[in-house]
Amino acid sequence: MKRILTITIFTLFLALAFASVAFAQQSGPTDDDVNAIAKQLFCPVCENTPLDVCPTQACAQWRALIKEKLAAGWSEQQIKDYFVTQYGARVLSEPPRTGLNWLVYIVPPVVFIIGAVILYRGLVSMRKPAAMTVAESAPATKNESAEDYMKRVEEELKKRN
Amino acid sequence: MLADFGYGILVVAFLTSVYSVGAAFYGHFEKKQKWVESARLAMQLTFPLLSLAALDLLYLLATNDFNVSFVYEVTSRDMPLYLRLTAWWGGQAGSLLFWSWLMSAFATAVTLRNWDRDREFLPWVVIVSSVTMAFFIGLNVMPFFEENPFARFWASTLDGSVNAYTFQPANSVAFPTPDMVATFDGNGLNPLLRHPGMIIHPPMLYLGFVSFVIPFAFAIAALVTGRTDDRWIRITRRWTLIAWLFLSLGLVLGGRWAYDVLGWGGYWGWDPVEIAAFMPWLTGTAFLHSVMIQEKRGMLKHWNMILIILTYALIIFGTFLTRSGVLSSVHAFAQSNIGPAFFGFIGITFVTSISLLIWRWADLSSEAQMDSMLSREALFLLNNLLFIGILVVCFWGVIFPLISELFTGQKVTVGPPFYERATGPLFAGLVILMGIAPLSAWGHSTIKTLGRALWKPLIVTILVTIAFVAFAFTNREVINDYFPYAIIGFFAVAMTAFITLYEFWRAARARSRAQKENFFISLWRLAGRNRRRYGGYTIHLAVVLMAIGIIGIEMFQTETQVSMSRGQKIEFSGYTIEFKDFYSFKYEDNRWVNRAEMNIYRDGQFLTMLAPRYDVYPDGQPMTIAGVRSTMIDDLYIILVNWEQGSADLAPFKIYHNPLVNWLWLGSYLFIVGTLIAAWPDKDPESLPARVRGKQTPVYQSTSAD
Repeated sequence: MKRILTITIFTLFLALAFASVAFAQQSGPTDDDVNAIAKQLFCPVCENTPLDVCPTQACAQWRALIKEKLAAGWSEQQIKDYFVTQYGARVLSEPPRTGLNWLVYIVPPVVFIIGAVILYRGLVSMRKPAAMTVAESAPATKNESAEDYMKRVEEELKKRN
Repeated sequence: MLADFGYGILVVAFLTSVYSVGAAFYGHFEKKQKWVESARLAMQLTFPLLSLAALDLLYLLATNDFNVSFVYEVTSRDMPLYLRLTAWWGGQAGSLLFWSWLMSAFATAVTLRNWDRDREFLPWVVIVSSVTMAFFIGLNVMPFFEENPFARFWASTLDGSVNAYTFQPANSVAFPTPDMVATFDGNGLNPLLRHPGMIIHPPMLYLGFVSFVIPFAFAIAALVTGRTDDRWIRITRRWTLIAWLFLSLGLVLGGRWAYDVLGWGGYWGWDPVEIAAFMPWLTGTAFLHSVMIQEKRGMLKHWNMILIILTYALIIFGTFLTRSGVLSSVHAFAQSNIGPAFFGFIGITFVTSISLLIWRWADLSSEAQMDSMLSREALFLLNNLLFIGILVVCFWGVIFPLISELFTGQKVTVGPPFYERATGPLFAGLVILMGIAPLSAWGHSTIKTLGRALWKPLIVTILVTIAFVAFAFTNREVINDYFPYAIIGFFAVAMTAFITLYEFWRAARARSRAQKENFFISLWRLAGRNRRRYGGYTIHLAVVLMAIGIIGIEMFQTETQVSMSRGQKIEFSGYTIEFKDFYSFKYEDNRWVNRAEMNIYRDGQFLTMLAPRYDVYPDGQPMTIAGVRSTMIDDLYIILVNWEQGSADLAPFKIYHNPLVNWLWLGSYLFIVGTLIAAWPDKDPESLPARVRGKQTPVYQSTSAD
């Protein structure tokens, strides 16, 4: 697993290096470079549409703006920051990790852990009383391993013949 | 005239369902069976009434009666008849009527059955169904909500302004005026919705939503009457399965529509509207599994109640969200007339249901104990935990932007990265569990018994996973950031597939040996004898196929955007794509069509020609139609972007390579087959007449009795 990760990271690194070489040779940023950033931004006017696929005129202009900024040598982070200051945090695909917004990241895992604890404690407490007696008293049909089941299937089949 | 008639019928249907609620209450508390019977008949009367109203609306839609504002909003003269009719659910007011109509059909169907054994349930099933129906018809009927599908346009004689009202206001004349009627045209349905997927998708979803009301109604009936056995579950098992099938199909069709029409190369964007339809599916799926524990072991009665109550609340929530843009902001919510009504209804029904549950809490204690952490019931509980975990992520992600706006005034987006990161591990866990849980036995399992059934498929899985990784390393271009996750996903999927197939094979081989019959005949008869089990396995296999498609497109999708000149060729993901020609012309229905022709080659061999289109409708609404070459290995998906710059000399294209996505659609067909196997009526004790069944019931209840 670790090795695969290392190899992946290495491959990525190489790919990046090649990409930047290719990039340097071209006259300007390509549409793919623009989309790579636009993908991470959400259209400020349409609801819930990533900027790279939004078909409106406004979004085409925003993509052109990204291209301009890229050509001017801005970094990805700078462009994103620019959009946030212009249109607010809603252009980001996730809430920024500040203040109240932390709640969006914290609540689901906390609820899940609480659920897991409740489930575990429930299972343990359900198991304690008379675990053995139930296993014995329950009828065979309800309480069988896969092999027992196969045996029963075969027996039943024989009966039918 | 016909519009007023339709409205009148709706008012009568509303009053009938309100009467049915009252009569059922009275009959129950006064112990007067006649009143309960009257309530049932009143509820059944809503079906012909609503059918009449629906026919009326369909007639208005078919005849282009643009005096009716709903007809004006969703149809236009250029639309073919089938689209004008299906525009019934193309707008909010019509959708609500569609909902009530389906509800009345289902409620009627369920109350036509033989009630001899379950007489005490009847008034409560009627009450729950009728309350739900009265709420939805009420939204149509009360002018305050402005959702009357029969409201008409009236032009004021004072200032000439035109507005839609249910009743004619003072100083006004009908609009369009007689001299305009012949030429006046409607708004027309959004072209994006003029797609077969979009025509069947809403009814499927609504069928799913509405049929989940039936198990909920029975659950409430069981709570009120204090029948704490699993009778309500047994009666509604098939309803639940069918509800679940429709809901699942609705979701898949929605995805297919997005893939075909929205032109962004995907099928699911974690949009709040999509999630709203997905949430009841999550609780419904959890419910479908956990009720089995109650049936087999008499446990988890509280939990099943909670799940069905949640499902009902989420269904109402989903119905509301899918049609209104209220989640976009707090203001949109406050401005919509029906928003507060929906939330009020959800709140009241939820609190009432939970109060009933608390009231009956002590009566619903378990009849058996958990014996092993590896028993089927323990693993099913884990499955429930994962489903609820996904639900929490979805629900929180959907409502968080509202919370943020409410408290800080800051608008935020909770987008795909959040959901993917949070739900990915949970989905993987579910897939693994889907393979292992069916191997464990009710009541008791050990590592040893599990291991015996597990080790052979596990070895095959490991070998296949190694082969997959080896393949990836000989084709380096597929390796990307997601690759480690893809390996985990692939492992989970392969394991579950092999375990499930092995289960089929083991059982069928044993039978074919014992019976000396053909293997496939054995398989067929085995599935026929235990439809529920093998239907379930088939559904699991279908989900595995769908997961393969999802892993393929989510983790290995590549895309590029290029402007190509005529005759230019580019290489992309092993394909050679040639821009051959470009046409721009006006089609007979007045839409402006931009059509590119692309030749696709692989290894120098001509494969096919794709024709991505960009249509612009007369009202300016554009529609992107992708050119897709679809195989079981991958989809090559080309769209024409920035159309206004497109010409034969230089046109901009966006090209997606979506590996394996076809497995997603293939899986959904198998899914239908599996659900039909599981829900197929058979001669199990449940469907036999009560007299015959009487002898067999003790066998069923033996576990729960001790």
